[in-house]
Amino acid sequence: MTTMTEHLFYKTATELSALLEKKEITSVELTKAFIERTKATDDSVKAFLSYDEADALAQAEASDKRRAEGKPLSALDGVPVSLKDNMAVTGQPHTCASKILEHYVSPYDAHITEQLKKAGVVLWGRLNLDEFAMGSSTENSAFQTTANPWDLERIPGGSSGGSAASLAAGQTPLSLGSDTGGSIRQPASLCGIVGMKPTYGLISRYGLAAFASSLDQIGPFAHTIKDVALLLGIIAGHDRRDSTSYKTEIPNYVEALESKKGPWTIGVPKEYFGEGLDPEVKASVEKAIAFYKDQGCTIKEVSIPKLDLALPTYYIIATAEASSNLARYDGIRYTHRSEDTKNAIDVYFKSREEGFSEEVKRRIILGTYVLSSGYYDAYYLKAQKVRTLIREDFMKAFESCDVLITPTTPTTAFKRGEKSADPLQMYLSDIYTISVNLSGLPGLSLPCGYSSEGLPIGLQLIGKPYEEAELLSIAHAFESAHDYSAKHPEL
Amino acid sequence: MEYEAVIGLEVHVQLKTQSKMFTRARCAYGEAPNTLTNPVVMALPGALPVMNKEAIRKTVQVGLMLGCEIAQSCKWDRKNYFYPDSPKNYQISQYDQPICDGGFVEIEMPGPSRNVMGEHRKVKLTRIHLEEDVGKLTHYDGESLVDYNRAGRPLIEIVSEPDLFSADEAFAYLTSLRTHLLYLGVSDCDMEKGQLRCDANISVRPKGQKELGVKVEIKNLNSISGVRNGITYEIKRQIALCQKGEGASIVQETRSWDADKGITFSMRSKEMAHDYRYFPDPDLMPVRVSEEIKKTLADALPERPFAKQERFMKEYNLPYTITSVLCPDKALSDYFESAVKAHNNPKAIANFIANDLLRELSNAGCDMAHPLEGCKIQPEALAELAKLVDEGMISKQIAQDVLVIMFETGDAPEKIVEEKGLKQSSDTGELESICSEVIANNPKPVQEFKDGKDTAINALKGQVMKATKGKANPKMVDDILRKLLS
Repeated sequence: MTTMTEHLFYKTATELSALLEKKEITSVELTKAFIERTKATDDSVKAFLSYDEADALAQAEASDKRRAEGKPLSALDGVPVSLKDNMAVTGQPHTCASKILEHYVSPYDAHITEQLKKAGVVLWGRLNLDEFAMGSSTENSAFQTTANPWDLERIPGGSSGGSAASLAAGQTPLSLGSDTGGSIRQPASLCGIVGMKPTYGLISRYGLAAFASSLDQIGPFAHTIKDVALLLGIIAGHDRRDSTSYKTEIPNYVEALESKKGPWTIGVPKEYFGEGLDPEVKASVEKAIAFYKDQGCTIKEVSIPKLDLALPTYYIIATAEASSNLARYDGIRYTHRSEDTKNAIDVYFKSREEGFSEEVKRRIILGTYVLSSGYYDAYYLKAQKVRTLIREDFMKAFESCDVLITPTTPTTAFKRGEKSADPLQMYLSDIYTISVNLSGLPGLSLPCGYSSEGLPIGLQLIGKPYEEAELLSIAHAFESAHDYSAKHPEL
Repeated sequence: MEYEAVIGLEVHVQLKTQSKMFTRARCAYGEAPNTLTNPVVMALPGALPVMNKEAIRKTVQVGLMLGCEIAQSCKWDRKNYFYPDSPKNYQISQYDQPICDGGFVEIEMPGPSRNVMGEHRKVKLTRIHLEEDVGKLTHYDGESLVDYNRAGRPLIEIVSEPDLFSADEAFAYLTSLRTHLLYLGVSDCDMEKGQLRCDANISVRPKGQKELGVKVEIKNLNSISGVRNGITYEIKRQIALCQKGEGASIVQETRSWDADKGITFSMRSKEMAHDYRYFPDPDLMPVRVSEEIKKTLADALPERPFAKQERFMKEYNLPYTITSVLCPDKALSDYFESAVKAHNNPKAIANFIANDLLRELSNAGCDMAHPLEGCKIQPEALAELAKLVDEGMISKQIAQDVLVIMFETGDAPEKIVEEKGLKQSSDTGELESICSEVIANNPKPVQEFKDGKDTAINALKGQVMKATKGKANPKMVDDILRKLLS
């Protein structure tokens, strides 16, 4: 069993599903394998904020019983899935990596949690993040800094750093993250795995602690596109508890992978290949473009002229919404409350002073400022208008393209502490992903090479709204012809 | 110099809906604290709002009733401020695009006497918007408790123009607004339960001057009388300052009405006014209010209260006083019309309702917002009672007694008359002998009558009625007495 277990933790969810289906393994066995792997590696990776072994094993036992009765709830019945610690699961911590929610336990399930439970997955651990998903390196967690499994001195990206690192380290076969400005795609790229941010509205945000409501979107992490398709099919779909949830037919994404074969028209937005892009990253992405050309796809240079406005636009809208969304963490009901209080004002000021980190405070202050009377028109309203212009740029490009191809990040994973003193440098690591959130489009990152230092490089594919099936097919065509996804870090 | 007051009212009304404004948690009164909550009401991490369509429909109904322009779409904004009764520390409200724009409330001013209709006037509205209510704070010494049962209930804010010029007008406005809302059934408007709350903006200016004076906002006017008394006090306070030449000391501020001391006192000045940082709520999409829905709701509007009152006076030939009892309550006026449909004697039926039925209801301690709730007398039964009087079966006096029994038992009037043997006596022979006896025993009124004082006969009639326990047919008694005395 030892060799079996060793192999298990880097198997894809699709492979694990087949093993369970053929009864070659039980959910309890594979859950134990991931528990052991987590225990063996998480002292150095630090991807998990918490987990409950007994609870996971109880879920696995229930799954095995269903499988034994020939009544699995889905292909993923019995396969572990881990969640970023900003999604609600009844009875589990929901800290958002913040001291202000350190002792909060959720009394309810997020929509995605309900969907996962209906599919019979084993909900495994709670994954680290930048506090309230604000950051690009997972260094802003109030509790621990997650390491990149490819080089423990480097950051895994963020804010869903725990979700990406745990997959790359073989601690979970599937995970979920949230992406407000690149928080799924950037860490997926830096950790050499696949991560997808679906179209805004495809997955209910009910139960996802809000950072910036109009930008936040939950999405899957996996080793392969097929695994992403499998997990996406379970969590996508309308939910009446989220007014921004879109009513649309959910296709079978896995079947669609093989049925859509191109050739596609692939747009290359020139603004993504300019200054600041690492030459090795650039070379890898260009190789990927050449691959598609060889496959008979039409490669077309396109332009997103307003791209340079994406970063300031994003930081106005995201912080404005955050300043309001985070007001509920006030020391009154369920959060940390300062012990040193004399009146209600003290409760607010001191609890928030003690409970929020510097980065969160910085964004709350910035957001409060841009919404203040006299500044609203100059900042927030203008940013909303620019946002519309950026989206129009994309929609224009999509008039002649099926998909856009870009690097996911300007560089490979940087060293811990390298950018944490300079917020602007940190913000720039999301330069290629942010505009996708502003436009509400689906985007994914998949491995497309390794740097001379052996660090993963990611390719970003951006699709048309609600055309996830097409986007996944295009990514799948690249992935099937390469073996980047099969490579794993040595831990 | 003579001064006049200018008043604008901001009235908050809780809408009567099954569930809260942005979630399915139940709406109710008097439940144990913090039981009408869920993750959305408590603003737990990840909870999201979803709007209650019924609340929008009800607000559109109010707008249509009050002649407002109805917006084509319903947009939501966040009003940001920290307060422990507000779970999210922002309130979902409507800032620049209220559902209802403009409109008016028709008011009636007190007439020259109780029996004469007063002057009518249309008070202009600025807007009506929809928002969510906050929780309730209770302060004990050194401790504050908060109950979120009320938090998230749908609340409409009806803002008038500065178009009221006295405490009496403000009172008339509030009364009429309340009547209109009760007609629609969108709220019970019980001020004691906080279902209707009123803030007043008051300024004074020299009579004849066009520009408005400095505006002072008065809060905590928690009852209808509080509104009248608070406004009266504040107007006097401001005018007194002006007359002393201290008009400049009136500053833009928020003051609170203390009903016990009968004064207003300063709560906060303009400098401490909040910057609410309004912005469109990204969790909620604007919702189109279709022409079709507007038309359906407009077609289903009830007759407006003052139109009904006018019709009652014309169609049923009722006096103003009685219509002003019947018409402010839609259920009561409907009750009246149902009874009239069953027996066409509007005057008798209106009197039974206004005098007898309402007295019994009040004695029984009914809820004055719904006086007829649980009333055992159906309008048809009341009509039957009036019919028995009209057919000479019972006297009016007996009918009043029968009504009391009907109110208690819910029995049909015929059954009561039958069982209690209350049928009016029309036996001429028996009545004649009683009348003769009464004449023999009451020489004084007999003499007076014979001396030409016609009303003296009433004393004799009273004696006959007493002897017959009210069962005698009064018309016959009159005839017999006159015959015997002539």
